[in-house]
Amino acid sequence: MELTVLNDDKQDSSAGCSSSGCGGSADQLSHLPEHIRAKVHNHPCYSEEAHHHYARMHVAVAPACNIQCHYCNRKYDCANESRPGVVSELLTPDQAVKKVMAVAANIPQMTVLGIAGPGDPLANPERTFETFRQLTDKAPDIKLCVSTNGLALPAQVEELCKHNIDHVTITINCVDPEIGAQIYPWIFWNNRRIKGRKGAEILIEQQQKGLEMLTERGILVKVNSVMIPGVNDTHLEEVSKVVKAKGAFLHNVMPLIAEAEHGTFFGVMGQRGPTHDELQKLQDACAGDMNMMRHCRQCRADAVGMLGEDRGDEFTMDKVETMEIDYAEAMRARAEYQATIEANLEAQQKQSGERLVALSSIKRAKKETRPVLMAVATSGGGVINQHFGHAKEFLVYEASATDVRFIGHRKVDLYCSGGDTCGDAETTLEKIIATLQGCEAVLCSKIGYEPWEMLESAGIQPNGEHAMEAIEDAVAAVYAEMVEKGLVAPLAVGSVSLQAGA
Amino acid sequence: MALQIVETCVNCWACEPVCPSKAIFEASPHFRIDAKKCTECEGDHADAQCASICPIEGAILDAFGEAMNPPGSLTGIPPERMAAAMAEIQAR
Repeated sequence: MELTVLNDDKQDSSAGCSSSGCGGSADQLSHLPEHIRAKVHNHPCYSEEAHHHYARMHVAVAPACNIQCHYCNRKYDCANESRPGVVSELLTPDQAVKKVMAVAANIPQMTVLGIAGPGDPLANPERTFETFRQLTDKAPDIKLCVSTNGLALPAQVEELCKHNIDHVTITINCVDPEIGAQIYPWIFWNNRRIKGRKGAEILIEQQQKGLEMLTERGILVKVNSVMIPGVNDTHLEEVSKVVKAKGAFLHNVMPLIAEAEHGTFFGVMGQRGPTHDELQKLQDACAGDMNMMRHCRQCRADAVGMLGEDRGDEFTMDKVETMEIDYAEAMRARAEYQATIEANLEAQQKQSGERLVALSSIKRAKKETRPVLMAVATSGGGVINQHFGHAKEFLVYEASATDVRFIGHRKVDLYCSGGDTCGDAETTLEKIIATLQGCEAVLCSKIGYEPWEMLESAGIQPNGEHAMEAIEDAVAAVYAEMVEKGLVAPLAVGSVSLQAGA
Repeated sequence: MALQIVETCVNCWACEPVCPSKAIFEASPHFRIDAKKCTECEGDHADAQCASICPIEGAILDAFGEAMNPPGSLTGIPPERMAAAMAEIQAR
């Protein structure tokens, strides 16, 4: 029975991460039952800690889709775009397997292979399941995931359970067909195109049924929702309640991506996406104790590498075809590399335990200091190791009297791309500063004189003193300095507005 | 009587597996329908399957050369709104 397989798996994969979970100070996984934690602790999409150390890839084997979403347009697959539903090269299952084996041999951090499109994986069952079949055979150490709109899920659950899949993501944007009709113009169901409310009603029904069937069978289900202001923003708290009651182990709220040039309905019609502040508030409301997905990067359906990076160009099919790979040796190398990661993590965890003591002493010294948002430039590894001018995104942390919490990430244009583009530096910098609104400090390895001045006059304190330090430690230290200098006044009326506008 | 796929096709594969007559095949620059095999789904389905799943307006024509899914019918974007948005983007 499939259930037995899953049980075996959870015992196998519980190596490392033995003590109190794998997160940093926020320890985002600690609330999870042990068997779920064992499954997700080295999954870069599910664990904020893991995403610094482990890599994932998506293979684009599933082109067809059985529904239309107003935030999607199948026309565009631009190499410069990074968003779901976009790919450069469609693969056959055989090609996909070759590519996965090549990536897994060259990126030993790789733990996870997902099929997420560019259409819907379950609307392409033969291609999707053929890929899974071959990979289960050739790379049994790699976890398999699938992401679906849910329409074909109930019909495919039995087949899904036959493979080495322990995570399924369902995108559920609503549980109310009236709202659904504003997001899904049509679905293809029982050989007909069904438009409007009726189509949305069927989709919602199938999504909910699929969710129940998966959780009954012990498969982990994550629910993704796209936050669309004025359409489903106030409704998503209800969605969160419903899907959690049915056993979804986490709910990931993502911002709508809508630009007219994408040619999507929402893009062309001028539907706006949420602000950082709106998104964070809704994520806080929906997360409950499941604050695990703030590092979600809304990857392309053919992304390769660590989260937030895309090494797809190194593994195009023509390059992959020329690579000679010893599969068994590659798997051994992965196991060895990942054992080192686990060992390092455990060592770090001991250190952060000590830091927590330091933090609580801050609390005693100054009670009720207000929380502060800080932006961090990092290229991975959980440390502050990036030059301000080289950052393509900033991670935002909230430091408070009690802990340091990862809030999310904000994408920016490169400030320093060198050469001719330098004339635009000033406006780019202004945009970065606007993106960092609400943050009171920015921590990076180094920063130039000019951006330093501009940040300072915008009320954001640059800080290059904590290069190569663990992010949470550094944020806690900067917060402690701010407390020391009296910059973090105790919570009072009026200070709330300071936090808002992030 | 046969349907036809034209150049706005984006090669998304949605139509190929749903054709009851196996009339659709991958080709360059876009998928095509074998006119000898296409039955317009008569006798199999109430609606032509390719035209019922195709996400691209205007990509599939009927036997008279008319778009099975005219502009605005699938995306819900009024054609004039789309034209205005595209003109604005090109002017940037």
